Amino acid sequence: MKVTILQFPGTNCEYDTQHAFEGLGADTEIVWHKSESIPSDTNLLVVAGGFSYGDYLRSGAIAKFSPVMKAVSEYASNGGKVLGICNGFQVLTEAGLLPGALKRNDGLHFISKHHHLKVENSDNIFLEKLDNGDVVNIPIAHHDGNYFIDPDGLKDLYANNQVLLTYTDENGNSKNPNGSVDSIAGICNKEKNVFGLMPHPERAMEAILGSDDGVKMLQGFLSA
Amino acid sequence: MIKAIVNISLKAGVLDSQGKAVHHALDSLHFSGVDDVRVGKQIILKLETDDKTAAMADVTKMCEDLLANTVIEDYEIELV
Repeated sequence: MKVTILQFPGTNCEYDTQHAFEGLGADTEIVWHKSESIPSDTNLLVVAGGFSYGDYLRSGAIAKFSPVMKAVSEYASNGGKVLGICNGFQVLTEAGLLPGALKRNDGLHFISKHHHLKVENSDNIFLEKLDNGDVVNIPIAHHDGNYFIDPDGLKDLYANNQVLLTYTDENGNSKNPNGSVDSIAGICNKEKNVFGLMPHPERAMEAILGSDDGVKMLQGFLSA
Repeated sequence: MIKAIVNISLKAGVLDSQGKAVHHALDSLHFSGVDDVRVGKQIILKLETDDKTAAMADVTKMCEDLLANTVIEDYEIELV
């Protein structure tokens, strides 16, 4: 199992992500954004969190033109599995690999804390170790995490079971930290091979650090 | 040389939290009579061409590809 992790100028979660996947037994490789290809033995491609290009213009807007992104699009269109975490989610929406966009949080503050999420659809490789309705506790850390999609797009997301995770309280009741449409925290594409979420499962790998609920999420990819 | 002024703002149906916060701040400073506030950004480009039609086509493409995210933003281009 090989996990390739992308690194742009300003990415800062690549080593956490590497540590998390290596802890689960995967081989990993960090690939600089100037690369025009990704390793051919890649089983999962992760666009890690951070602040690519300083979030200039819009979060993820400039990263989408990095040389490596062409290879990412090709990899995804050939059915390769892609996971975008936080800034990675923003990059994937900007690149058009996932629908919608991430806006400034409604409260205008950067939010950094643990937050509960409810699993809305587990019939995909990412969340297959979990069940619909499960509640997990995962850190969030973002300024632009306010997911927006127009009403038609939202209908499509529901029709195809693309809404994966929503923000809730510990009992699974909707609780919206940032203004996201329908409290959406994570989605996937129609083909269910490209995934994006604002919360950081790679920061929830050890109970002693607050939560190990991220293990079950990332493990889904490793069982394939 | 043509100067292109690009104004980018959130689409009408998209909640503008920054605009709302600025509106509240104006209220608290007793600037009454403000009905709505929208916050956007302005990008000014100096173009080498003198051809306004070509300039408009180029800048429109720039907006669609990079300068604006048309999922949530509208843009207006002014050439001077």
